[in-house]
Amino acid sequence: MTVLLEIRGLKAEIDGRQILNGLDLTVNKGEIHAIMGPNGAGKSTLSYVLSGKPGYEITGGEVFFNGEDLLAMDPDERAAKGLFLAFQYPLEIPGVATLTFLRTALNAQRKKRGEEELSSPDVLKRVRELAKQLSIDPEMLKRPLNVGFSGGEKKRNETLQMALLEPKLCVLDETDSGLDIDALRIVADGVNRLRANDRGMIVITHYQRLLDYIVPDVVHVLSAGRIVKTGGKELALELEATGYAQYQSEAA
Amino acid sequence: MNAEIRPVKTAAEIGLTDLFAAARKDLPGGSSTEAIRSDAFDRFAAQGLPHSRVEAWKYTDLRRLVRDAKPLAPRPEAIANPAAREAGAVFAGLGVRRLLIVDGAFIPELSDLAGLEAGVRIRATVGALEADEMVLPLEVAGTDPVAALNTAFACDGVVITVAANVVVERPIHLVFVTTGAAPAAMFTRSRLELCHRASLTLVETHEGPAQSDYQVNTAMQMDIGDKANLDHIKITSEGAAALHLATLEASIGAGANYREFGFTTGGAVVRNQLFLRLAGEGTIVSVHQASLLAGRQHADTTLTVDHAAAGSQSREVFKAVVDDEARAVFQGRITVQPGAQQTDARMMARALLLSDEAVANCKPELEIFADDVQCGHGTTTGALDDQLKFYLMARGIPEKEAEALLIQAFVGEVIDAVAREDLRDALSRTMHDWLEGRE
Repeated sequence: MTVLLEIRGLKAEIDGRQILNGLDLTVNKGEIHAIMGPNGAGKSTLSYVLSGKPGYEITGGEVFFNGEDLLAMDPDERAAKGLFLAFQYPLEIPGVATLTFLRTALNAQRKKRGEEELSSPDVLKRVRELAKQLSIDPEMLKRPLNVGFSGGEKKRNETLQMALLEPKLCVLDETDSGLDIDALRIVADGVNRLRANDRGMIVITHYQRLLDYIVPDVVHVLSAGRIVKTGGKELALELEATGYAQYQSEAA
Repeated sequence: MNAEIRPVKTAAEIGLTDLFAAARKDLPGGSSTEAIRSDAFDRFAAQGLPHSRVEAWKYTDLRRLVRDAKPLAPRPEAIANPAAREAGAVFAGLGVRRLLIVDGAFIPELSDLAGLEAGVRIRATVGALEADEMVLPLEVAGTDPVAALNTAFACDGVVITVAANVVVERPIHLVFVTTGAAPAAMFTRSRLELCHRASLTLVETHEGPAQSDYQVNTAMQMDIGDKANLDHIKITSEGAAALHLATLEASIGAGANYREFGFTTGGAVVRNQLFLRLAGEGTIVSVHQASLLAGRQHADTTLTVDHAAAGSQSREVFKAVVDDEARAVFQGRITVQPGAQQTDARMMARALLLSDEAVANCKPELEIFADDVQCGHGTTTGALDDQLKFYLMARGIPEKEAEALLIQAFVGEVIDAVAREDLRDALSRTMHDWLEGRE
């Protein structure tokens, strides 16, 4: 098996507060890892640190993505290398049409990788196909990015971006939050279509429910900034039954 | 005892006084015009150049910003001048009717005057003045010293008349270009008379050489008839060292629809002052302005919208993108006169600061003398949103491109107000060029 992502002893803080506390995690190509944990465990921080959000200070450890030092790269470079973060709360950008945004992002990545940029009609064609799979109204593509979109529409839009950009590692941050059961199914189907032997995923979630739809290979429990337990998909069911209390006390 | 304290005259004020004394006999117009010019100059001289203690000029202190008076530009050898021929390129290829004003003089030989629509009349200001057929004083602009200077010195420009019920499909483009290598002063005065139910798109561009600290004082007087329809677009992209002082005054008739759009990217010191009077009932006016500033540019838009009759509507949106050590100024005042009931007026000013040294001064005001109106104003100043920038970068868009996308989105709302798609695209390209120019 080929290692896609390797995190060793990662420590990170924001505003002087330590959030990640020596986190180790290895994701191989083709694997789906679920990261579960109580509120405040550092789940979203992990996703932000991986994608390079400003404001976090790395105080220890290292991260290799396909063998390269991920932490040395700017966020756009990480994206071009194939890292994708599906945001828990996708941002609204008034004045930027969704399609313009998609085309700009796709071509920026292709340009950085030395690939030929795609023409507007080609991008449109691909976007339309993906939109159909995700039950996204094509009219929505003309609207400003995420502005006035419902929670479900925003998450479907994130999934559309992910499918279009074809990343090597998908990090899904609480993708189930704000979704009703129908939207959850559409989004999960979209994610499942992206499962591939050369692609890895990290699915961050508070609840087990999402994992009924996106079935993980490995489940981790994150508490107080560290992985405290690792198991198979049955671990998620166990957590659903017992809660996180035991891990919180363990970590403390 | 009350002693009037008179500040010492600046070099520029002394220079202007000398200039007027030397030039007054040669300026176009008969004896009545000469008297009007003298009155106007006296009005200017009594006030001097406006400075920061004059409320309407609070942020644009011309005593400090204007160092000297330049000589009046000589009439240009425009016909063989490539700079004159290539000016106004932003609207090239759109089929507009180009009228060239080179170094302050209207050049019919370089202007497209063929096949004028029936009911459209175009002539040089100098001709109208010599024939005593043009009234120089600006009424709506009142006692403004820069408008007074324009009245005193106005040499040439274009007078456009569109007869009642005439719909002019082809936009008219006033191409103002400065070409002289030696810094000079240009005083232009133009006038538009748009009669009852007439319709026109009027575009103005102002440009000049980057190295010369030339001075432009330009004024446009508009008389917009009842139920007339006007789109007016003014692009100020003067040379980097230029002074550009522009006065627009418009009297807008009942049921007229007037859309004003201003776009400023060039000039060291720019003042666009607009005095709009909604004189009749049921008039609809929109004013959209965008300034894109960098280096040490200073651009001021000062706007007064006077609702003088009932049931009219106005919308004013001002946006400034300010980089480096530049400064954007917006002063806007909506006045609702007694009796102008059911006025619906809204004004919004937003500034986006791209550097720590950039400055925006925004001052929207309402002055309401009627009791059944809807008026509002607001202003915001801020930096680019880091969260939005990160979202774009996380999708692979490099930092500068992400910033450009957000800036375009910010200014886009203003450009979207331009009705004609071809003109809108041309303006978007201008914005693009500016963004490309950011290092």
